[in-house]
This record gives sequence, C-alpha cells and structure tokens, in this order.
Amino acid sequence: MKRTPLYEIHKSLNAKFTEFGGWEMPLQYSSIVKEHLAVRATAGLFDLSHMGEIDVCGEGANALVQKLCTNDVSRLTDGQVLYTLLCNETGGIVDDILVYRHTDNDYTLVVNAANIEKDVAWIKKQNDTGAEITDDSDDTTLIALQGPQSIDILNPFVSKLDVSEISFFRFVVGEVAGIPTAISRTGYTGEIGFELYVKATNSEDLWNPLFDAVIESGGLPVGLGARDTLRLEAGLRLYGMDMDDSTTPFEAGLSRFVKLDKGDFIGKDVLLAQKEKGDLKRKLVGFQMLDRAVARCGYEVYQEGNLIGKVTSGAPSPSLKCNIGFASITQNTKKTIEIDIRGKLHPAKIVKVPFI
Amino acid sequence: MIPENLRYMESHEWVRQEDDIATIGITDYAQSEIQDIVFVELPDVGTQLTHKTEFGVIESVKAAFDLYSPVSGEVIEVNESLLDEPEQVNESPYDDGWFLKIKMTDPSELGALFDANQYQAHIEAEHA
Repeated sequence: MKRTPLYEIHKSLNAKFTEFGGWEMPLQYSSIVKEHLAVRATAGLFDLSHMGEIDVCGEGANALVQKLCTNDVSRLTDGQVLYTLLCNETGGIVDDILVYRHTDNDYTLVVNAANIEKDVAWIKKQNDTGAEITDDSDDTTLIALQGPQSIDILNPFVSKLDVSEISFFRFVVGEVAGIPTAISRTGYTGEIGFELYVKATNSEDLWNPLFDAVIESGGLPVGLGARDTLRLEAGLRLYGMDMDDSTTPFEAGLSRFVKLDKGDFIGKDVLLAQKEKGDLKRKLVGFQMLDRAVARCGYEVYQEGNLIGKVTSGAPSPSLKCNIGFASITQNTKKTIEIDIRGKLHPAKIVKVPFI
Repeated sequence: MIPENLRYMESHEWVRQEDDIATIGITDYAQSEIQDIVFVELPDVGTQLTHKTEFGVIESVKAAFDLYSPVSGEVIEVNESLLDEPEQVNESPYDDGWFLKIKMTDPSELGALFDANQYQAHIEAEHA
C-alpha cells in the first residue's frame, strides 16, 4: 500500500489506519463522531495527499479539458475552480474531479486517489490537441482545513492576504507558514474551508503549524471515517460508491454539472439522448431510516414488495443523530421505501439532499 | 484491566456466570476498537442461542460487527436500555453495557472459553 508523506505523523498521533484506493490512510485519530462534530463546530485538519493532481498545459490544454469535462470549463477565469465529471463515450462517469484554471492554457485536474492511473491513461488517450500532461500526484501534498474556524486559523499563517476574501471555488497561489501554497476555497464537508496544495517535500512544515493551531482552537485531526460522514451529510457523492463507469451524471443526480449547450464533449450524444428521452432507468436519492437500523452500501431497497435498487452509501449521521444514505433506485413517486438489513425490511423515507 | 471473574471469547464477548445464568457483553478492548457504537441489534426474550453462533449485531459509525454467543441456552432478559443509549457499551462495557442474560443449558461450555490471562494474551497477539 502507498503511504502519504505524513504517514509517520499520523502514526505518532495514534491514528487507526484503513486501506483506501490502494493507500494506507488514517481512518480516525480519536473517534469518528468526535472528529465529525469538531469539523461542524470548530475545525478539522485532513491529510488528503492520496488525491491525484494532473497538470494539463500547453496550447491544446483548453480544448482538451473542455472535451473531457461535462461542465463548461470555458466559463472559468484564472484562479477559479470547477466541479465536473469526466465521462466515457457511453456517458458513464470516469471520475468526478475539480478543474483548477491557472491560465487559459494551464489547468490542474484534482482526481480521486483510486482513479489516478485510469484518469491519466484516459486523458492521454483523448489528447489529440498536443497538450502536455503531467501526473504530479506523488510530488503534491494536499492538506484540508475545514470548519467554521478555518479562516481564523489560517489567516495568521498567510501574509499580504485575508483568506476570507477568497471566494468559494476560487484559489490563490501564495504562502502559508512561509511555504508556497495553492490556497483553495473548496472542500468535501459542507463547511467553510480550504484545501492547501504544497510540494510533497513541504508536507510536515505545513501540517505541523496548522495542527497546533487547529488543536489550540479546539479542533482535531480528522481521518477518512469522518470525511465520509461529513460528505454524506452534505449530500456529496463518492466515486466508486454513488457513481462509477456505468452510471451517467443524470443517474447520479449530477445534471447541474452537465452543460449540454457548451459544444462537443465526450459522452454528450448519449447524455443528450438520455435527457431527451427523460426516463432514467435509475436515479440516486437520499434517504433517512425511520428506525435505529443502519443501511450500508450494497443493501437492497424494496417498495411494496418489489426490489427497486440498492443502497450506495449509508451511515449514521453524527450531526442529525439518525441514519442516512444514498440509494440508486428505479424512478418512482412514492416517498417510502424499505431496506433489507440482515434479512429484515426496515422502513426509510426519501428525503432532500443535502441532509443538513 | 481485564476482569478476572469473567470468561472470554476469541471474538471479544465476555460472559459472567451466576449459577446457570450467563450475562454477556463485549470487552473494553472490543468497544475501544469498534468505537462510536450507535446501534445494537439483540434477539428477543425466549430465543434459543447456540454456543459460538451469531446472536446479534453491533453497529458503529463505520461498520457492523457480528456478535457470537459464548454459551447455549434461552434468552431470559435483554438490556432494553441499549436501544436508546447504545453508547453505554462504549462507556461501561462490563456493567451498564451488558447485552443479554441467558439460562444456560450446558454450563460446561464455559470451560472452552478463555480466562482473563488467556484473553489478555489473545488481544496482545491480535494487536501485535
């Protein structure tokens, strides 16, 4: 298994580890619930160095990125970030990613850890514009600072800039604790927060001062366990669970990130047809359990005795104190479903996302 | 500390014997490994349990864990308070966090379980 440059620090913090996308990552340091609630109340610090960073630059960069993405990259200005899907020719989702625009011919694509090799191969295969494609993942460390105290924690480390002035989904290349950093107002928790990209060689020099400041403010280091419950409450999908190569953006409930009017992109014909036809075979919905049972990924969903789909993500919600999840089900109008949990059907209702 | 007066299973359940009545729960080591317990699914009173077979499930935020009965017999009492306060298993695994009382049909099954020293060695080996 791969380890991030901060592995020894996590070990010294007595983290429990888990395997995720080929990486040995901290699952939790103290308790998933405590870490989750710390992010909601104050702040949490995450090592997300397993994520991939792929640079696409050169004269053909703009055309290549626009061709790969379902969202409209041409609307970006320098220093802006876009959430988008990469689709294959049949409209299935190759990955869900962030596109960072440095300039018109210089982009960074931030991709899921388990998909780095697949994405690099896919992007290279589609590269008919002569763009230069570089996998920077091993040389890049990503540390996220998330929670309502993020701005106050980060500002003392940043000179010549008030980070509260960085708008949502924008980034600034500056310095944090004297280290060259791309400071991005993004996250996967539903809270105010930043994602900080630095050279891997600077990992500890960025983590250590931020860690002290987070602890001082009453926050905690946060592992992938709470990252999962935080993103679920915020209604954010996880690649590999809520979507995959055989799921279209419409089936994953991500239609607002598909711009069918932007010009050609890979998968457009299939997506256009699916939209015009209007009858999706399945769609992703949020649900809330009506009893104490916990529905987990893979459990079957029933309605009036018929199997209508499967749970794709499910967990207790530490903030709501009930059990929530996403399910991929055939289209229906009724709000009540039942989930097979160890052979017994438990009632749940379909609810709006985000859950919080 | 591992209580001296209990017997233990490999799968981290403990059992306390009083005549032919067995009280069962999970160990402090198990609760600290599982963490954040949010739900415990237990059998109804009257259910017949079998030595070393599944009788329920414990859910943490992260995952579900099967529970195994250390003895055979009939469930005569269930700790209903765990339904509303499953966190008692984390807070008080050997007392308030007990699961079931079982009327044993074969108390000699207890002899096949670990004593405190053997259980200590077992978790050290598992943790190594």
